Amino acid sequence: MNRFAHLLDRLAFEHARNSKLRILGDYFRHTDDPDRGYALAAMTGGLAFAHAKAGLIRTLICERCDQTLFEMSYDYVGDLSETVALLWPSPPLREGHNFPPPPSLSQVVETLHATPKAALRQVLAQFLDQLDETGRWALLKLITGGLRIGVSARLAKTALASLGDVEPNAIEEIWPGLTPPYLDLFAWIEGRADKPVVSDPAPFRAAMLAHAIEETNFVSLKPEDFIAEWKWDGVRVQAVTGYDEAGEPVGRLYSRTGEDISGAFPDVLEAICARSFGAASIDGELLIVREGRVESFGALQQRLNRKKVDARLIAEYPAHVRAYDLLSEDGEDLRSLPFAQRRMRLARFLETRAPARFDLSPLVPFATWEALAQARRDPASAGAGEDANAIEGVMLKRVDSIYVPGRPTGPWWKWKRDPFTLDAVLMYAQRGHGKRSSFCSDYTFGVWRQGAEGDELVPVGKAYFGFTDAELKLLDKWVRDHTVNRFGPVREVEANHKTGLVLEVAFEGVQRSARHKSGVAMRFPRVSRIRWDKPARDADRLEAVEALIGERKRAD
Amino acid sequence: MVTERLAGASAIFTPLLSRAHPYVVAMAPPHLLAPTPAGLFCAAGDFYIDPLRPVPRALITHAHSDHARRGHGDVLATRETLDIMALRYGEDFCARRQVAAYGQSQRIGDVDVSFHPAGHVLGSAQVRVADERQRIVVSGDYKRASDPTCAAFEPVACDVFITEATFGLPVFRHPDASLEADKLIASCALFPDRAHLVGAYALGKAQRMMVLIRQQGWERPIYIHGALEKITEYYAREGNDFGEIRKVSAAERSKLAGEIVLCTPASLQDIWSRKFPDPVAAHASGWMRVRARARQRGVELPLVVSDHADWNDLCATILETQCSQVWITHGEADALVHWAGCIGLDARPLHLIGYGDEEDAVEAQT
Ligand SMILES: [Zn+2]
Ligand SMILES: [Zn+2]
Repeated sequence: MNRFAHLLDRLAFEHARNSKLRILGDYFRHTDDPDRGYALAAMTGGLAFAHAKAGLIRTLICERCDQTLFEMSYDYVGDLSETVALLWPSPPLREGHNFPPPPSLSQVVETLHATPKAALRQVLAQFLDQLDETGRWALLKLITGGLRIGVSARLAKTALASLGDVEPNAIEEIWPGLTPPYLDLFAWIEGRADKPVVSDPAPFRAAMLAHAIEETNFVSLKPEDFIAEWKWDGVRVQAVTGYDEAGEPVGRLYSRTGEDISGAFPDVLEAICARSFGAASIDGELLIVREGRVESFGALQQRLNRKKVDARLIAEYPAHVRAYDLLSEDGEDLRSLPFAQRRMRLARFLETRAPARFDLSPLVPFATWEALAQARRDPASAGAGEDANAIEGVMLKRVDSIYVPGRPTGPWWKWKRDPFTLDAVLMYAQRGHGKRSSFCSDYTFGVWRQGAEGDELVPVGKAYFGFTDAELKLLDKWVRDHTVNRFGPVREVEANHKTGLVLEVAFEGVQRSARHKSGVAMRFPRVSRIRWDKPARDADRLEAVEALIGERKRAD
Repeated sequence: MVTERLAGASAIFTPLLSRAHPYVVAMAPPHLLAPTPAGLFCAAGDFYIDPLRPVPRALITHAHSDHARRGHGDVLATRETLDIMALRYGEDFCARRQVAAYGQSQRIGDVDVSFHPAGHVLGSAQVRVADERQRIVVSGDYKRASDPTCAAFEPVACDVFITEATFGLPVFRHPDASLEADKLIASCALFPDRAHLVGAYALGKAQRMMVLIRQQGWERPIYIHGALEKITEYYAREGNDFGEIRKVSAAERSKLAGEIVLCTPASLQDIWSRKFPDPVAAHASGWMRVRARARQRGVELPLVVSDHADWNDLCATILETQCSQVWITHGEADALVHWAGCIGLDARPLHLIGYGDEEDAVEAQT
């Protein structure tokens, strides 16, 4: 454990990618199995410890350290794990003690996994007694999930590949089927064994992601090098089918992070397990499609995060995959083909096998960046028709881009639509958390509607304030000066035609909601501007918000 | 490591803290020394200790520039401290010098004064001031960890102990310095194409690093920045064997891949450092224990090596002196005052302005 800790410690201070690779390579080369495998797991997010929380660590240190001294130290250091690591008193060694070796990383991982919650406190204390300061720091960071050392999973695998004559992508390919401590993987890379056979017939393949494009990027990009398609507002998924040893289809639906979400989508699962589907891996967007029309994200939310679904729900919210990419077909890995070719294979696949609940993501034809900007502004007129409401923007993919795991810069870009904005009236303010806890920083705002006695405000959303502390102070002062009621941390402020503060709120979309008094819910609202200049009576009306449900009017 | 572990449990453990200190005896408030804007003043002997501005008569604990200033009338200090002051400030740094030998007592006015090793840097001393009623020891800066370049700290029994508290928080427990030297040497092996620049204070820390690196088996020449030359030569004349030391010439810098180069902490951020091949910025200081502090400085290889007492040693030393009152001159006083109060000692922070902390100093020293 101490050795692993010193590796993390060194990496935490190193900035240069090549130096990090050298440090990691050195560690992998000079560390035995299974320690190095667990280290790899720790750096690739493959280790999780369920029970250890900050509260337990505080309890442990307060049994060993004067409360005031702890508080002063925590204040100075500013990080709980580090403070405890530095403060932890090593137990005095009795005469004749033989200095037991500190626990290895494998011992720590295996013991913690086997320890029931009730015994954790004692086990943890014992480890902390045996480790040095850096070891304690790494252990505490590891079990509280606070291990941020500036090493991506990709970097760790690249360092690993350097141990032998192996391409990092070759490791990525088999990675989903491997488990810590990766003995077979190390053996293969070091030339001591054959490439591990991945036993999972329907493995996840790490997803390729896009960077957000900036205006300045277009200067160096040529339209003819790119293919554009809509960016659909659903959930990015990977639908994979393979066959087990008995020849039975094994199908899985993965989220873009590799989480198996098949359980919530038996309708999709049935489609990909049909014999006609064959063995394939499709990258696409999960949507709710009713009578050929793509529903809003709100409809999809009815199906997400459920362990089980019933027939009624499936019938009401039928799931659908809009296919972007074909990663493998009948055992052939297509990821090293250029995108244009993969796209042709995908079109043929969907045409010949005609899987239920799948269709091909349509392209957005364009000759110039101006034309594409126009399509992005108005998807309905650019071919999306009634589905325009479910479009988040456009995706740009280089014609020749191979499918690379992670978020490489250059081959793929996403170009989101501008957010909607709305002028709403501040109704309630609430104290924030952490550094801003002394200010009101959560805001509930409303818009006008016709009530029984004339205009009334109806709340339509709640947002955080995303601005500078100076602006926050001004806003906070306004709230204090105009408070009419207090409910715990919540302040109700003056909000009527005469007096009221108008906030410009930016958001990604609006959907119907029975849970909200106004009947609408906004997606990702945030306060974008304080309209000190605007009289409250001139703020937007509910009808304007409702209009956005039906059509996507541009904000600009 | 053994001593660190033995001492490790003591000073933050609640049961121990709540137990009254066994040596407490009721006594009169100190009359021998008083804090003044110019520093600690002894009226009965008409002298200041480590005065912050020019005075007629000064006793100097050690040659670090915040304790040893120029322009005094009479200066009483150890021979080494006087030598180093002359090297840094010129022979005319004061009107008259007088050498104090460790352990020898002399009468000044109505008090007895003696100097005792502080283990901080070459020539560093604690100053004991006593009359028939009271014994006060002014520690200056001190450390208890081993350091072959200077005489080891000797605890001196007293009624009032005036201590520094640079690292007066229980998070500061300095590791075995040889392990830190190992870390540096291992990094040179891992990055033979990069120069390793070690920021270390010119007086004391740099020379201690040289010895540590040698002890851990580094046989190649050790390169030094010009700012370290004079003091290092003096240390060598005083009997320290550093092996081959080479001053870095401007033209040579680009060729020092894989070598260890000692420089002042300030030079790490200088243009000077950029001419080295892909330099690794190492910094030897007790502050390196706290990661945010090291990161703030842009240090890539923090080496926790300090010439000050850590928390355990501050507490242990206070107990060893058997004092009933503790005054804290500078540093992180609050935690130490709390600790001393818990064990029944009368503790008082002096907050003397003007004593910096050379481990954190960024100005170049010559
Ligand atoms: Zn000093
Ligand atoms: Zn000092």
